[in-house]
Amino acid sequence: MKETTVDKILGHPLNAWYVAAWDHEVNRKPLARTVAKRPLALYRTEDGDAVALADACWHRLAPLSMGKLEGRDGIRCPYHGILYNSAGRCVSMPAQETINPSATVASFPVVERYRFVWVWLGDAALADPELVPDMHQMDDPEWAGDGLTISVQCNYQLVLDNLMDLTHEEFVHSSSIGQEALSESEFTVHHDERTVTVERWMLGIDAPPFWLKNMRDKFPGFEGKVDRWQIIHFESPTTINIDVGVARAGTGAPQGDRSQGVNGYVMNTISPVTDRSSLYFWAFMRNYRLESQVITTQLRDGVSGVFREDEDMLVAQQAAIDANPDYEFYSLNIDAGGMWVRRLIERQLAAEGRLPAPLAAG
Amino acid sequence: MATSHAAVWQRATVLDTTALTDHIRRIVLAPDHPATVDAGAHIDVRVPIGGVPDRRSYSVVDDGPDGRSLAISVLDSPRSRGGARAMHALRPGDTIEITQPIVDFPLRVGAAHYVLLAGGIGITAVMGMARVLRSVRADYTLVYAGRSRPALAYLEQLQSAHGDRLRLHISDEGTPLDVTELVGGVEPGTELYLCGPIRLMDAVRRAWIERELPYPDLRFETFGNSGWFAPEDFVVRIPRIGAEVTVRATETMLEALEAAEVDLMFDCRKGECGLCEVRVLDLDGDIDHRDVFYSERQKDSRGAMCCCVSRAVAPPGGTAVVSIDIS
Repeated sequence: MKETTVDKILGHPLNAWYVAAWDHEVNRKPLARTVAKRPLALYRTEDGDAVALADACWHRLAPLSMGKLEGRDGIRCPYHGILYNSAGRCVSMPAQETINPSATVASFPVVERYRFVWVWLGDAALADPELVPDMHQMDDPEWAGDGLTISVQCNYQLVLDNLMDLTHEEFVHSSSIGQEALSESEFTVHHDERTVTVERWMLGIDAPPFWLKNMRDKFPGFEGKVDRWQIIHFESPTTINIDVGVARAGTGAPQGDRSQGVNGYVMNTISPVTDRSSLYFWAFMRNYRLESQVITTQLRDGVSGVFREDEDMLVAQQAAIDANPDYEFYSLNIDAGGMWVRRLIERQLAAEGRLPAPLAAG
Repeated sequence: MATSHAAVWQRATVLDTTALTDHIRRIVLAPDHPATVDAGAHIDVRVPIGGVPDRRSYSVVDDGPDGRSLAISVLDSPRSRGGARAMHALRPGDTIEITQPIVDFPLRVGAAHYVLLAGGIGITAVMGMARVLRSVRADYTLVYAGRSRPALAYLEQLQSAHGDRLRLHISDEGTPLDVTELVGGVEPGTELYLCGPIRLMDAVRRAWIERELPYPDLRFETFGNSGWFAPEDFVVRIPRIGAEVTVRATETMLEALEAAEVDLMFDCRKGECGLCEVRVLDLDGDIDHRDVFYSERQKDSRGAMCCCVSRAVAPPGGTAVVSIDIS
């Protein structure tokens, strides 16, 4: 087996929790979403429990998401009226007096946590809710903020690559958060079995426009140099939370005193849809000025603009990859974080027996 | 996980066969295209019966790493129609055609309580489920009923794996299964998975409905091969096309009609879908309904039958004759 993959189209693990939707998107009207190549019908029972069924009726595979919810936890196929419960078992077959015992659709394990509905599409016996990646800032009272979903037409791994190496900010996001110091500063990388951390500090620099605005929200009229940090926390297989912020230069932020600064967490979790499309759920959470809805909205819209620049680049990159099937990836030192992510995912794919067999030695 | 229903045929090599009881053999196969096996899966097998290939379904009992090997267990009873005999004749190194594992009887992880109920060879369908439920520390009871202790396949293995969660009912030892008591003692929130002869399935279904337990929580699988009466020869007449066919005890009515080139519609071949329905015009004898398609009311009316599994039963001292019309 190759030790670190630079596959241009990386498969996705199935024994993992992926976000299918924000909590507010799942309600008493079925929602169609595809996660990890599996079309799902998402809805909520009258008791408020989120449900994820395979979005194809057992009978002729009509999409259940086009059907209506019925009773406490049922959904009725819109084509021939076959009714299923939230476990995916047929409850009623209108055109006959009995129920065919094999009439079931798959019902996937669901956990609702951190404002998201997570689904598990692999071996249900392994679906341990403890494996939901830590995104506690999403609904922790110490933090405030909001986010959105990007439907991006690229392999999910390209998004992870993007988030694991932030030197691209200098070039992709030059008007908001980019600055030369990013590619000039050193970074350190750590990993264990499920996580990778990339840490970068830029000391005594000018705050780029986005961060100057944030500093002034907390410290009105702020002027001067800042110490800036980016600490990227990856948790297998597709969640990346980035601890970001700036503080007045020389006030001890690198040593742990962030009181003279502003701190945000960019929460990102990516759900593969197909090999060439992904759902990218993100939010920007902050731990200052919690009362201000204006700041929440401004940050969400500001980051949304930044991420649109990423999306344009990722879509163009995927198109170039597909247009050049005979060219391979090369790697740089700045890819260390992304390469560790690839290796952890590759190991998980191997453990699931889903890594393509290497070509026989020639 | 996603269950697969599509049959994809492949070759498999017999690795090993062992006698588990006087009538049950364990057969270990190495499929050409290994795939992981989910609890509740079966494979279909092409077996030659009298030189003609036929199709049989067998539950997967267990499997090796990544599905590179899988085991089935086959009961050869006096009522076998010939498939079991051919399977028992397999020896290591032989090759046969099989499908990839198909899951029509999926186990759902997450119920509050489980009862897995096996009658005789039905144990093969629920053993994998018991293994999964043990590994996720679910609250389950495995109920295994049979005629005599030596006839129960995998008994020692199940005792050591499931300890107190295994409940045995053995008729010869005076501890037969009391279905009313079993279903009566089921806690709310229980899913019951059942595989066994039709009498057992029918009794459990009646008790379940009587207790007004949620019907979708009663899960069962049938390969349509057990009835209320021993199979015997009978005659089928189709007046509209002037056909008369004798159905041998060793073949199904559908097979006999197919052999006589009667153009019939069918699909599941295990008494579930109802597509092979024939209308009964006249009947000398009775019908042994072996399907799960018709309701009690429909079965009692004797107006139609699923010819893929159901049979006619002779009146006293005679031969059964059933006159039918077809679609």
